[in-house]
Amino acid sequence: MTAPLGKDLLGLERLSAEQISLILDTAEPLKEISERTIKKVPTLRGATIVNLFFEASTRTRISFEFAEKRMSADTVNVAAATSSVTKGETLVDTARNLEAMKIDMVVIRHPSSGAAQFLADRIDSNVINAGDGTHEHPTQGLLDLLTLRERWGTLAAKRVCICGDVLHSRVARSNIWGLKKLGAEVAVCGPRSLLPGAITELGVHVFDRIEQAIEWADALNILRLQLERMTGGYIPSLREYNRVFGVTRERLDRAQRDILILHPGPMNRGVEIDSDVADGPHSVILDQVTNGVAIRMAVLYLLAGNSPRLADAAKGG
Amino acid sequence: MAPSESIVLNARALERTLSRMADEIVEKNDGTDDLVLVGIQRRGVQVAARLAAVIKEREGVGVMRGALDITLYRDDLQTVGPRPVVGRTDIPVAIEGKHIIIVDDVLFTGRTVRAALNELADFGRPARVSLAVVVDRGGRELPIQPDVVGKLIDAPKDARVDVFVTELDGRDEVVLLQGPGA
Amino acid sequence: MRDLLLKGGRVVDPSTGIDRVGDVLIREGKIESAGDSIAAPDNAEVVDCSGRIVSPGFIDVHCHLREPGREDVETIASGARAAAAGGITAVCAMPNTDPVTDNQAAVGFVLKQGRAADAARVYPIGAISIGQKGERLAEFGEMVGAGAVAVSDDGKPVVSSQLMRTALEYARAFNIPVADHCEDPTLAAGGAMNEGVVSARLGLRGIPSEAEEIMAIRDILLARRTGGHVHLCHMSTKGSVELIRWGKDRGIRVTAEACPHHLSLTEDMVEGYNTNAKMNPPLRTLADVEAVREAVRDGTIDVIATDHAPHHMDEKQSGFADAPNGIIGLETCLAVNITWLVKPGILSIATLIDRMACAPAKIFGLPGGTFKRGAIGDVTVFDATREWVVDPAGFKTKGRNTPYGGQTLTGRATCTVVGGTVVFHEA
Repeated sequence: MTAPLGKDLLGLERLSAEQISLILDTAEPLKEISERTIKKVPTLRGATIVNLFFEASTRTRISFEFAEKRMSADTVNVAAATSSVTKGETLVDTARNLEAMKIDMVVIRHPSSGAAQFLADRIDSNVINAGDGTHEHPTQGLLDLLTLRERWGTLAAKRVCICGDVLHSRVARSNIWGLKKLGAEVAVCGPRSLLPGAITELGVHVFDRIEQAIEWADALNILRLQLERMTGGYIPSLREYNRVFGVTRERLDRAQRDILILHPGPMNRGVEIDSDVADGPHSVILDQVTNGVAIRMAVLYLLAGNSPRLADAAKGG
Repeated sequence: MAPSESIVLNARALERTLSRMADEIVEKNDGTDDLVLVGIQRRGVQVAARLAAVIKEREGVGVMRGALDITLYRDDLQTVGPRPVVGRTDIPVAIEGKHIIIVDDVLFTGRTVRAALNELADFGRPARVSLAVVVDRGGRELPIQPDVVGKLIDAPKDARVDVFVTELDGRDEVVLLQGPGA
Repeated sequence: MRDLLLKGGRVVDPSTGIDRVGDVLIREGKIESAGDSIAAPDNAEVVDCSGRIVSPGFIDVHCHLREPGREDVETIASGARAAAAGGITAVCAMPNTDPVTDNQAAVGFVLKQGRAADAARVYPIGAISIGQKGERLAEFGEMVGAGAVAVSDDGKPVVSSQLMRTALEYARAFNIPVADHCEDPTLAAGGAMNEGVVSARLGLRGIPSEAEEIMAIRDILLARRTGGHVHLCHMSTKGSVELIRWGKDRGIRVTAEACPHHLSLTEDMVEGYNTNAKMNPPLRTLADVEAVREAVRDGTIDVIATDHAPHHMDEKQSGFADAPNGIIGLETCLAVNITWLVKPGILSIATLIDRMACAPAKIFGLPGGTFKRGAIGDVTVFDATREWVVDPAGFKTKGRNTPYGGQTLTGRATCTVVGGTVVFHEA
């Protein structure tokens, strides 16, 4: 079994339940490494990884960078918002240049849906999608799955509602695929102007009111509401959004059971989530962050050794 | 053609072997003070548990135990790709000043032990590290020798030696497989 | 000029009801006789058409030839040669060039370049508004005087209903169609593909079918109000088809076209972020494709037009949302129509010829589209059973952006005649 995930990790839609479980099973023991005094294993020694971020991102980039460093890879960060890309260089040229520098893996974040696949189709290196447009953010989806599985033991028959701006959310799509493949029931809740019209065809329930979602769910994954959605005319105001769709202590208190609270961050406290919920007893938001590093280590590990160049070099050596 | 199979140790022989190994470990350590048995995933962990049980029976003392998964320290990731499942590493005590006995089922090339030594070093600096194996089948590729050996056999390079333990395999047995498909 | 005798083919001309094996004779660039078997006149050039279909030349009322402005992706000459290779004897060139074809000089330039190409005829379409800015009417009269056959702001919709109304009214004096690209720009804003389950999955912003339908019904209602002739470009949805049917039932002067890609492919083609499946209007659902096919069959949609839109490979080699809209179509049009419409039994050969030759001539008031004696000698000879593998590298167009690359299609032009001259003959 030399390529358990194939060459790239582009999204969860195309992974099987077995592959997803394998990533989670691999990530679990890796958490221990981050507890050690020397938080480093030599697994990816000599591998070169480029973190190619065409969009501002602090938390995902840092999480990947920690994961890479804890696996002993050599990493280079390219914040492409300030690089030659804005000077008219196409993604094709970027890809060719990377290839010419003999790198082993690329972690790419890009504002355009499909950009990770575009790159993966054109270079031999492993490509990890760190978020492409409004398509997928597979490692975020995986860390959410790991966080829930740790709490529940299994996702089978559990009910997870994704709340907020599903239309523009890559996190939502990765969550929907991952959760469904592992047997959970999935719902979305938010203003219809922020839900894709065909969302039910993806096999999820839809709740128009957050109260209904809270009554139904075992966990809420609360998406960040991009502030530009208001200027874009999708919702009238943040104030009203919080009043109608915000996850508040008061609303949660009416629930019959304990509901786990997830949020991919960064949070707009007082908009989609209130502080006493974010910091409350059922919040697993910081577990998500911890698990993020382990998930990314697992993905790096499972993709490594599947790079043709590395394999050739090893044979030659 | 199926590989030919011969039994190296049956259940009773394995039991005797483990008892003797436990005695040797205590003797080499001059008692049980500061002794930590660290099994290598997977079957080394069960063997370490058996050895600890024997020591407990003989000496009335529970020795400390740990587990090492060396998957992430292997030197063949780039050639054979990732092993699908990474096991748990669990070193429950500070290893400074301790006598660590690395326990594994079979000693062959020595590469696993090399990886275990590297991994152990990332947890601290033990006073001493020894190696105990159920079977030493020869064929070393690195300068590594065991301190405690259950059974020494000279198996050809293409043969396979499997140690079965009841906890994982439902039976206690050591088997040598030779010929095609071994 | 030598006579041209197209000998022994199945001569099919829905405009005269001819459908029999026979010959077509062209003398002095005009149809002399069609259908009857005749002896070759002395000195005539004879083309053996046995086993082929001989049809009035196909007319494509909608293509983008990019000249002036983007000669790197297509010129009028390369486009006219591509058309000829696809069996098309005349094309109507949309005015969204740089500069825009919005005055008589620009119209004259297109005509001049078209004549120089010595391939398919090129008829200019003038802009509705100056610079296609949607503000002030262009000089329809001057452009028609210079040779424009229609007006359109294609590439962009006519956003202002008032401007559209005025255009329809004003065009009546010149008896030309006003061709509209139906798209509500606020609904379509930022859209990259059809809005539906595929766009939801791929995370691409969708263009709802209503963006097309709202403009289609607006145009139909304005045609009713003004008595003008509105021609709806590249209709792609089931709803549009129903609206056109509604308009035609009431005698409103609405005509419409559909493109081969909207008759053959669905939004699933976008899978994998295939930028060669990106065009506007986008590929829709199977239900839409089936409805549009039926509309072509029953005549609700009058003509099949290519919307041939070459782009540079570098421009298509980008993220899906960033890639330009459009695909090439001149050299695949006939084969796609035969493969997806004739072979499955949706259209007869005669109906296909009507939608590709007779109807376009009629609704755009162009010469040709018929084998009546004295008509211009534009003829397409094609093999309706020939299978071939699409290899974009071999195309005459400069564009390579086709979703059909590598596919095996059926039907191919073997000889194209313009004004009695063979402008394309298969090697």
